[in-house]
Amino acid sequence: MSRRSEVLLWGAQRVSAMVLALCVAVHLLTMIYAVRSGLSAAEILGRTQGNVGWLLFYTVFVLAVAVHAPIGLRTIIGETTNARGRGVDMLVAVIGIALAAWGMRAVIGVFGGGAA
Amino acid sequence: METLQVRIWRGTEEGGFQDFEVPRQESQTVLDVVTYVQRKCDPTLAYRFACRVGVCGSCAMTVNGVSRWTCRTHVDKVAEDNRVEIAPLRNLPVIKDLVTDMREFFDKWAKARGRFTGSATRKEAFAKVSPESKERKRIEAGIECIGCGVCYSACDVVTWNKDYLGPAALNRAWTLINDVRDTARTERLAAVAGDAGCHACHTHLNCTERCPKSLSPTAGIAGLKRAVLAATLSGEI
Repeated sequence: MSRRSEVLLWGAQRVSAMVLALCVAVHLLTMIYAVRSGLSAAEILGRTQGNVGWLLFYTVFVLAVAVHAPIGLRTIIGETTNARGRGVDMLVAVIGIALAAWGMRAVIGVFGGGAA
Repeated sequence: METLQVRIWRGTEEGGFQDFEVPRQESQTVLDVVTYVQRKCDPTLAYRFACRVGVCGSCAMTVNGVSRWTCRTHVDKVAEDNRVEIAPLRNLPVIKDLVTDMREFFDKWAKARGRFTGSATRKEAFAKVSPESKERKRIEAGIECIGCGVCYSACDVVTWNKDYLGPAALNRAWTLINDVRDTARTERLAAVAGDAGCHACHTHLNCTERCPKSLSPTAGIAGLKRAVLAATLSGEI
């Protein structure tokens, strides 16, 4: 990987971290609110289904995870196993795509009401 | 007379600790202890020092697990139960006993383009740099490095990534990036970019915690990260 790409990956991880800081806070506070109010799963789904706001929020959340996690994993693999290079880059790219796919499947399920 | 229990690393990468007893003295430094052992107990002990007053940066060792300059580290400050364990610096090959091979440390300064590159000749007037300028203040914060290798020894990222340039080399690059007289900015930013450069730093702050000159390589590296990203996005590198 070129140094330019490495720098851009670092930038992407920084930006995705900022997005995640906000998303995780909103997500946790919403969960705590929902649980303390005694909402059932069906009631929560009733509020999220068809709500474009939650669809956009969790889409951003999932995409930020899909960007952030593989870049961090790439560094962890390199520093703990000394494995670096194209093979590791491909592996974490696949993990990123999988995270995005599974995450979006859940988001669509929560929005549309299908099996998540 | 009160004595200090001293354990000193003997050997190269392979080896072990040897025990010595050294008389305690007032205001005794760790370097005094090592010197006593070499002169009175075992003349084959290898260690490195020169100025003894915190200027040359050659006497750094690992004392009770912490990288320190030994000439200005008092035994009173570091002894635990009247015991001191002295080992060579981490992250560098050991030549013998307490002497490390510093080549990779200084080679990385060269890789980080740590040499000033100017355009003026001796026939031109001195450059005028205001001490109050933003750039000069940044240089001021990082310029007093004595090249002792303590930060390099304390850095876990160096341990995990042997290609990582390390805090001292990056700190040097940062001072030159801010030198308005220097003409190699673009090449230097490219040299310190990426996985083996400033972006590998995890901001653990070990270097800043241990620097005997109270510099903050971490702050300089953070500045480099931003400068390199900006240069990458603008197409400069």
